Formats: sequence, C-alpha cells, structure tokens
Amino acid sequence: MTDPLLIFDVILGLAIVALAVAVLAMHDRFAMIVLFIVFGLLSALAWVRLSAPDVALAEAAIGTGLTGALLLTTLHHIRATPPAPVPVPAGAIIANLGLCGLIFGGLVVAFLSTPLQAPGLALPVAQNMEASGVAHPVTAVLLNFRAYDTLMEVVVLLAAIVAVWMVERGTAQAPSPVMGEIYRGFARLALPAIVIIGTYLLWVGAYAPGGAFQGGAVLAAVGLLLLLSRLYRPQPAHRPLARLGFVLGTAVFAGIALLVASGGRVPFEYPAAHAKTLILLIEGMVTISIAVTLAALFHGREPEYASVSENHK
Amino acid sequence: MVIQILALLLIVLGAFFFVAGTIGLLRFPDTLCRLHALTKADGLGLGLTCLGIALLAGSAGEVSRIVLIWFFVAVSSAVCGHLIARHVRRSARASTEGS
Repeated sequence: MTDPLLIFDVILGLAIVALAVAVLAMHDRFAMIVLFIVFGLLSALAWVRLSAPDVALAEAAIGTGLTGALLLTTLHHIRATPPAPVPVPAGAIIANLGLCGLIFGGLVVAFLSTPLQAPGLALPVAQNMEASGVAHPVTAVLLNFRAYDTLMEVVVLLAAIVAVWMVERGTAQAPSPVMGEIYRGFARLALPAIVIIGTYLLWVGAYAPGGAFQGGAVLAAVGLLLLLSRLYRPQPAHRPLARLGFVLGTAVFAGIALLVASGGRVPFEYPAAHAKTLILLIEGMVTISIAVTLAALFHGREPEYASVSENHK
Repeated sequence: MVIQILALLLIVLGAFFFVAGTIGLLRFPDTLCRLHALTKADGLGLGLTCLGIALLAGSAGEVSRIVLIWFFVAVSSAVCGHLIARHVRRSARASTEGS
C-alpha cells in the first residue's frame, strides 16, 4: 500500500529536475524564461509538500514572480538595444566552472556531514519562543534568533540597487512596452487588492506563514503594475524619496540593533517587553525597502534629467 | 457525504476542462486558435474547480478567499489572453506592412 501522495511527490520531483534540464537546454531566451517561471512555480509547490509554506510563499513571490519579471524586462532591453556579442574568454569559463564546482562540493560535504535524524534546532527554537515576541517560529528565527543574517539579506538588496543605478547610468533607455487601456483598467482593479494582500502577508507573519520578504515582494508588484500601465512615471525629482526607500529598512534594522546594543545587551537581544513592537517596526520598514528596491530594479535605470523628454510620449 | 461527492464531481469536471484546454493548446495550428482553446476551457475549469473546493471549505472566510482567488485568476487570465492576442495582431500587421 503506497501513499498516493508519494506518487505525486515523485512526479513533482522528476518534473522539477526535467524543467531545470529543459531551461538549460533551450536556445530561445524567451522560452528559457518561461520555463524558468514554471520551474519556480513547481518548486513552490514542492516547498508546500515539504511543509515549508514560508519558503513556498517566498519562492512564488520573489523567486518566480519578481525574478520572472526582472528576466523578461532584461530580455526586452537586450532586444531593443542588441549588445555586440562579446566572446567569453576561456579563462572566464574555467574560473566559473571552478567556482561552481567549489559551491557544489561544499554543498555535498555539508549534506554528507550532517548527521542523519539529528534533532536539529527545532527544540531550542520552541523552548525560546516566549522570549521572541512573536508566535510564528519562522519569524522568530528570521527577526530575532538569527536577525544578523536577515540584516545582511536586506543589505544585499541595497547593494544590488546601488550597483544597478551605477552600472546603468548613461545607457540608452529601451522604450517601455505600451500595454493599452484594458491592462490599465486591470491595474486599477488589482492595485488595491495587492496592497491589502501585501500588508496582510506582513502582518500575519507574527503568528502564521508570511513576513517582510513575502509582503515586500507582493507590494513590489504594485510598483510593477504602476510602471507597466504608466499610471506612474519615474521622475528625477523622486530620486531622493526612492533613495530614502532603499536605505530605510537597513537603517532602521541596524539602528535598532545598535540601540539595543548600547543598552548593555548583545545586538538583536531585544528587551522582551518591546520585542513584538521592535520586530514589527523592523519588518514594516524592511517591507517598504524591499518593495521600493524590487520595483526600482524592475525599472532598471535611474531616472535622469536629460531623459525627461524621452519618458514623455 | 452528498456534498463531498458533488465537490469531487465538480473538481473532476474542472480537471477535464483543463486537460481539454491543454490538448487544444498542443494541437491547434496558430496562436489565436490556441488562445481561444486555452482561455475558454481554463476559465471553465477554474470556475468548476473553485466551486468544488468551496463546497469542501470549512468556514465562510475560506469560501471568500476562494472566491477572491477565482476572481483575480479569471480576470488576470482574461487580460493576459487579451495582451497576447493584441501582440499577435500587431506583429502580423507589422510583418504585412514590412513585406
């Protein structure tokens, strides 16, 4: 008697591997991206089957939705201004192969050296839940027990947008696609719902799957819809506000850590009475930063004064 | 019990329309025909599946979430179909004008 879900899991696993192979084997870039999006959706389903709804939400919102949008807009830019094909030097290929091999080897070693059926850290987390200030273990781990890692993840996003604005400065802007009236009506209908869903995901993170990254990614979709439907056009005058949005999460996160540390505690050792307030404050600010940064990454280039006339029809 | 059987029937019927739409996608000759098969059949499949799941839902909150999901998936798939069809028509016009 086999579990019928086991058959489903095996098919799901095989489909994910087959899709990964298909993505690499494709020659058409557009087909590659579409298959990559399907790959992400099935991965999210696999995370659900592994009882990790937080990861599934993050995979669906960031790994699939936003990454797919970023890849498609990049493809659009490449098609509009085809770059001269640069031959990849053999040294670069060898170096890349070496680095990939190192990562793969490291993962294999980490996997093999993990003791089988070890209790893991679930018990210490469960024992310390009361001190965390929230009721959802994943949020407790992300924002309290290993908050330093999460701070670094926010810094990575900040570094990404700084790099994109610097690299793309002065490059030609690809004409953004005209999506038409029906799409604009759809955007008007969907925008309020996305705002509510994103905020709900942030708020529910305190006691159920959800949180800053998932909520931020959903709210970033607001930016994407506004940009694509041209209900909002980036203006050079909005740059200070955008910059504020980029650094807000990192600044508040690091600021609270320093504040806590200055009171004679370890950084991120929130006083228990204020833990929930502080975590919610950090998550809220980080959510805003993630949403603004991801939307800005989708737009790509920093809006500049010289290109104002191009942006208008 | 009756409700569960009814829900099962609706979900199976929904799955049937999804499969039919997929066969259409694979076998029809051009993009517009494929789009026709996909949007019609999937719209029906989605509605039937959501109806079946809603019958099994435990609370009014769950039902309203399923209704919301149905609404937004239906609207966004209709808008997607429109955008794809528009793109096809425009690129066809561009290629006839170009030749």
